[in-house]
This record gives sequence, C-alpha cells and structure tokens, in this order.
Amino acid sequence: MESQTLYPHPLSAPVTGGERPQSAARRVTSPTTESALVRRVLIGVALGYFAALVLVPLVAVFVEALKKGFEFYVESLREPDALEAIRLTLTMALIAVPVNLVFGVAAAWAIAKFEFRGKSLLVSFIDLPFAVSPVIAGLVYVLMFGLQGWLGPWLAAHGIKIIFALPGLALATLFVTVPYIARELIPLMEAQGTDEEEAALVLGASGWQTFFRVTLPNIKWALVYGAILCNARAMGEFGAVSVVSGHIRGATNTMPLHVEILYNEYNFAAAFAVASLLALLAIVTLVLKSVVERRAHGAHAR
Amino acid sequence: MKISLKLFAAAAALYAASTFADSTLLNVSYDPTRELYQQVNAAFAKHWQATAKEKVTIRASHGGSGSQARSVIDGLEADVVTLALAYDIDEIAARAKLLPADWQKRLPNNSTPYTSTIVFLVRKGNPKGIRDWDDLVKPGVSVITPNPKTSGGARWNYLAAWGYAMKKPGGDETKARNFVAALFRNVSILDSGARGSTTTFAQRNQGDVLIAWENEAFLANKEFGAGRFEIIVPSVSIAAEPPVALVDTVVDKRGTRKVAQAYLEYLYTDEAQEIAARNFYRPRSAKVAAKYAQQFPKVALFTVDEAFGGWTRAQKAHFADGGVFDQIYKAQ
Amino acid sequence: MAHALRRPSVLPGFNLALGFTLVYISMIVLVPLAAVVVKTTALTLSQFWDTVTSPRVMASYRLTFGASLIAALLNTVFGLALAWVLERYEFAGKRVVDALVDLPFALPTAVAGIALTAIYAGNGWIGQFLEPLGVKVAYTPVGVLIALVFIGLPFVVRTVQPVLHDFEAELEEAAATLGANRWHVFVRVILPALAPALLTGFTLAFARAVGEYGSVIFIAGNVPMVSEITPLIIVTKLEQFDYAGATAVASVMLLVSFALILAINGLQSWNRRRYTRTH
Repeated sequence: MESQTLYPHPLSAPVTGGERPQSAARRVTSPTTESALVRRVLIGVALGYFAALVLVPLVAVFVEALKKGFEFYVESLREPDALEAIRLTLTMALIAVPVNLVFGVAAAWAIAKFEFRGKSLLVSFIDLPFAVSPVIAGLVYVLMFGLQGWLGPWLAAHGIKIIFALPGLALATLFVTVPYIARELIPLMEAQGTDEEEAALVLGASGWQTFFRVTLPNIKWALVYGAILCNARAMGEFGAVSVVSGHIRGATNTMPLHVEILYNEYNFAAAFAVASLLALLAIVTLVLKSVVERRAHGAHAR
Repeated sequence: MKISLKLFAAAAALYAASTFADSTLLNVSYDPTRELYQQVNAAFAKHWQATAKEKVTIRASHGGSGSQARSVIDGLEADVVTLALAYDIDEIAARAKLLPADWQKRLPNNSTPYTSTIVFLVRKGNPKGIRDWDDLVKPGVSVITPNPKTSGGARWNYLAAWGYAMKKPGGDETKARNFVAALFRNVSILDSGARGSTTTFAQRNQGDVLIAWENEAFLANKEFGAGRFEIIVPSVSIAAEPPVALVDTVVDKRGTRKVAQAYLEYLYTDEAQEIAARNFYRPRSAKVAAKYAQQFPKVALFTVDEAFGGWTRAQKAHFADGGVFDQIYKAQ
Repeated sequence: MAHALRRPSVLPGFNLALGFTLVYISMIVLVPLAAVVVKTTALTLSQFWDTVTSPRVMASYRLTFGASLIAALLNTVFGLALAWVLERYEFAGKRVVDALVDLPFALPTAVAGIALTAIYAGNGWIGQFLEPLGVKVAYTPVGVLIALVFIGLPFVVRTVQPVLHDFEAELEEAAATLGANRWHVFVRVILPALAPALLTGFTLAFARAVGEYGSVIFIAGNVPMVSEITPLIIVTKLEQFDYAGATAVASVMLLVSFALILAINGLQSWNRRRYTRTH
C-alpha cells in the first residue's frame, strides 16, 4: 500500500492519497501552522496567480464564444467543416489511445518487471517526446514522408499519402502522446514488484492468464488515468499537426487547427465556440481524472 | 502490431476515398483570398454543373503564401495553386518539378487573373496624420506588417516601400535601404501571414497603421464596421500580381486536368471577374474594370519586373538568408 | 553472468514486450528524430555552426531559454504557494481549483494562445488595466513569458503536492518544540525536504516551455531579435524551403531536450532514493 504512492511520475503527477488524515481541526489548532494573516495572504497570492493565468482565460473563452448568442454558438458547432474537424479530432484520440495502451503496457512490463542493460536509456527515450518541441515532431515526419523526404518519392509513386492526410496527423499525434500511459504504469508496476505474478505462475497459470488475472486488475486505474492524459494530449495537439496538416478545410483540419482558421477568417465568435468545446473536453477530462483518482485511492484503501 | 498496421492502412484508404472522391479540386491559396475563393468556388461548381454536367467540389487551403508553397513542395496534392506571388510558384516548379518552369506563360496576363496593390489602413480620423510612405518612418508611428520571410503580402509591402524610396528624387540603393530599415524599426509585431496582421491591427487594436493588400484593407473595413478605419492610398505603390497555376503532376495523377484547367480559365470570365471586383481585387477584364472604376483609387504603380528585375532577383537580394531584410535586423 | 543483458526472471513475455517497445519507439520517435540529425549533414560543419549561431538565432535562444527560465522560476515560487494552500488550508472552491490546476495541460495550446492574447492585449480584460501603467504584455517578450508560465503551471504544483502531503507533521512539531519559529521550520525543515520535488517540477516546467509553440506565437509579436522564439525560427526556415537550416536549429533544440530529460530522470531517481532513505 505504502509503496504504491511511493512517488508518482511528475509528467502526469496525480495527487497522491491513501488514507489522508483529513481533519481540518487538527491543522488549525496545531502549533505547526501559520498565523491567520499569513494563511490569508498565501491563499490570496496563490489564488490570484491561479486566477490571472488559468481562470480568466477559461472564462474568456466561454464569454467570447457566446458573444453572438447561444443560437450562433450551436450553429458554429453544427457547421459541416466544424463537424468534420470534431470527427477528425475524435479519430486522432481513437487511434492514439488504444495504440498507446498497448505500447504502454508492453513498455511497462519490460521495464518494471525485468532488469536489463540500457533500461534507463530506454526510459529516457520514452520521455523524450515530452521535451521535444511539437514543431520538431511535425518536421521529422515531413523529412521522412514529404515529397522531398526519404520515403516521399516512393510513397508518391505507390499512391500512398502520409503527410497532409490522416496517417501523418495520426503519426504526429502518436509522437507527442508516447510518454503518457507508459510513464503512468512504470512506477506503479515497479512498486508492485513481481511477487504476485510469480505466485500465479507457480500455481500453474499461463503467462497471459497471469497478466489478465493478476497484473491488469492491479494497474487498471493507472491505465485509465494514463488513457485520460493521453486523450487530452491527442485532442489538443496543435504545433505538430499544424506542420503536417496542409490545412484543407473540411478534410485535414483538427479542432485546434479549425480554431485558428476561423480566427483568421474574422469569425471570432465561431473560433471561440470551437475553442470552448475543446475547453469543455479539457474540463471533462479533469473531472474524469479526479473521479479516477478518488476511486483508485478507494481501491487501495480496501 | 500487424493488425494495427492493417487497420491503419484500411482507415487511411477509407479516409482517402471519402475525402478525395473524383472531381474534387484542391486549391491551395494564400491568406487573404479566403472570402474570394469561397464565392468563386461556389459559382464555378454551378457553372461546371451547367456546362459540363458534372458535380465538382472545390476544397480550399489557406495560409502564408510561402508556407503554402512549402506544403505543395512537400507533397500537399494541390490541383491548382493561387498564391500571392510568382516566386512561390517558381519554387514549386524548381524544387518539386510539379509544373514546367514557364508556367506563367500558359494563361493570359502573366497568369494573373486579378491584381491588387499595397495601401495603408489607419484608425478613424487618421490621428497620426499618415498621408504617404514618408509618414511611416516618423518616430512614434507604430506600423503593422507581416513577416516577409513567410508572407507573400509582406514581401509586396516591403518592395513597395523600397520602390518608393528608389523613385523619390535622389533616391538610390543606400537611401532605400535606410528607408526600409527605418520603416521596420517602427514595426513592433510581425505576424507570419497577412491575415494575422490584419487581426492584430483591427481586433487587438495594435499599431497606428497597417500596410496591407488593397483588398485586405477594404475587407477589414467591411468586416469590422465602416467608419472604424480609413484607407490611405500612397502616392506610389506596387502593382501586386498574385498568379494562378495548374499543378501538372497532380492533375495528371488524379485525372483532374480538364476541370482544373476550366477552373483557372473561369477566373478570367466576366462572372468571376465580377466576384473578384466585389471582393476588392482589381479585375483584368476591361468591361468589369470600367464598371467598378469608382471603387479603386487611382495610384501610380510600378511592377516588380521594372523596379527589381523580376521576382527571382528580388527574392535573392532582399529575402533570402543573409539578404537585405536579415541585414536590417542584424544592424539594429 | 555479469555480462548478461538481463537478470534472469521467471516471468514470461520479456522478449515480446521489449521487442514491441523497441520497435514502436524506434518507428515513432527514434528514426524520425534521426532524420533531423542526418538531414543536418547536408551542411558542412562551419555552415552548421554559422546557422545555429547567427545573431537572429542567438537572440531567439536568449528569449526562449531566458523566458523559459523565468517562467519556470515563477512557477516554482507560486506553484509552491499553490500546492501549499491546496494541501494545508481549507477554503471555498478548493476542489475546483485543485482540479483546474491541470487545465493548462489539457487545454489545446492554440486555444490558450488565443485566449491569453484576447485577455492581455491592450483592449483585453486584464491588458486594459496594465496598459495605462505602461506595462505592455501581448506582443512583447512579456507575452511570451505569460504563455510559458501558463503552460508550466501544473508541473511544479503536481510534483510538490504529494511530497507535501506525505510530509510528516512530527518533524515540524519536533522543530517547533525545540523553539524554532514557523519561518525557521519552513526554511530549515520543510524546504530541504521539498527541494528535490521543486527541482524536478522546475525542470519539467522548463523543458515544456522551451519547446512550446502554439500558445506563444499568438501572443509574442514575433519580431526578429526581440520576440521571436526558437521553434518559430525552425518553422520560418522550413517555410522558406531551408530544410537544412531548419534541421540544424532543430538538432540544437533536440540536444537540449534530451539533456533536460536525462536531468529529470536523474533528479527523480535521486528523489526516490532520498525518499526511501528517510522512511
């Protein structure tokens, strides 16, 4: 139990829980807390900072979106190009999340359950997309699959389209989402060790049975949690997909790109309407995340 | 692994089939033509339905002219390109060989069905008293123009300013360079495309004067409400010629040559010329030009060929890495 | 046995799992990134050096790394304050704030950029109050800073929070009984315990900020030598058909990214060791 919340990976950084001694009374009367004044100032400063950076922009998105009324808002979202952008963005998530689930579990299994050389280097490679500029993520696929790139002429000769089409957008999305599920699972599976799996194997379970009956139940919340983060990143990516998209209206525009297009067409209310939908998706993601966190802690406390 | 690859391929094929069905054209264009081609595309679809009895859907992609050309070079399958300046299409011909080098001779008027020029947009009442190019270099005047490295419109802006300084009595290379350097010292925001600059000026209220395409200035006036801005026409400006071209390799591969050719030729018909004029582009057709003569102010124009010896030379001298534009920023 | 590639284990699936991992990570990440480095070889060494050290590019490094550094520092200070009040105090709306701290991670960067520009421009909600004071935010390097602070916010808060949560009250109580005042307890007892987490959070925020593009380009102004970030230089070079130049600058950034990731992972294992030692 203790080991599971040993140290959450900060890329995702869930709030740890376990059984927290949540008695406010103890805190207030404790000799180890600050004076009421200091407390108020700290809360004021922290919340002021938070409001200026996060809250106000969020509110602004919705206010701007509804500037021309609710009807216009709904209309902008029902417009064919907007629907196509929404469809494409959901497609991106539907590709990125399952692929990363498989990858994340495989990577975590190898890294957390075995000792081998070059492990820490492999972990760094998995983390790399987090720190690489999204622009470079787009650029690399242009260099690989662009008409002037390595495979471009061959692909063109065989009528296969990668960049400026769905596969290119998917690849760019996969690049930026690589770390999220794997990095959620690795510390947890490391902390869990291999005892339970070994016991199952000794009792005669096959490898897959062990995985599905023993390992998977142990990591399911981390898996869900990682999937949520991965999903958020997949739907929101802008820089990388912008380089490989081609910006064809109604065809290769994801929602974030569609926001930019509408913005560039002086259609500010519609731009913010689509943006608000993305913000809503972000908020839903965060709510889901809190729910998962609480359930995960509940599961551990049992 | 294999399964996911197969699925991937299947999804890709499905997607390709659904979005690029036959008789779909992709027009890769530059920033300020969004409204123009929305109308032209609808009109041409109707025209094609009536004359060829075929349904055609035209998709559009807009962005900075240079970045759009780059996408075509990297494989964006444009049936036609309608860019801000000939140099960008020259680059497509030179680097990707998707169309012949002499593409510009294939359609009338140097393949330019409409023209424009460069004017100034200022705030209501013209508080800084902007009348001509010289007013842009005065201290305390904040100028908005896009980045000539990425924006076609910005290159026209830059060359217009340079040409003005050269044409002034006693004007020479050094004076022109100093003039343009002084001008860019007054520029505080360089968006990557012409449209970004207009938004910055009009919506975000930045700067005293926007150097813009004539059509873009008119459109901003219309979109943001008449009376908020004034258009100032300088004494001398450049004849901006945004050309159009068929991308041969792509139309032959996709079997769209006929309809793509018809689309470009349609741009020269009176019907399309009217649409261009209504969107504040100067029409080539004498008849339509006469009809809309009131709309377009008279201004002395020079061309890139006259003043700079063509786009290739202008590009090399001014906008290439280490060119005059880079030197201006280095010297600051 | 000392030279074996892996320690023997009774668990199955190592070859399958590692094989798949290596193939996938190579296909999606390593080979494409190698393309950047290979493409750079189109330049001679001196051309490469001239490209990555030209004045405009140098100015963009100064802005990108400088603003990222300041943003990460600001986030370290205010992120600690935020984590502190979220962990230790009770106030109305605490749970909402706690959930929304992650918003910058979940919100698409383009949306963030447009929203921040709308607010901090001279005619925006916050900008209109700053402008009369002579503070211009949007379209200046300060705007870049705001965007980078925005996207880095979750990282410090989320790395510090769990450590703060698990921090043992006994230590503080002991220090207090020994006569230390609250400030001393904070500086001498709490802060050292938080240091690794703060440092990790700082590095994460910094790494994220260095590569950021979407939110910055809307608010930056993008003037060469003044408010042009390095990722924009890469895009600009790419759009001028200068592939070699774009990849040259990109490989410099890649190097920095990789160094930062190694630093983060080093910090984390240090962190873990410290944590297990104190328990």
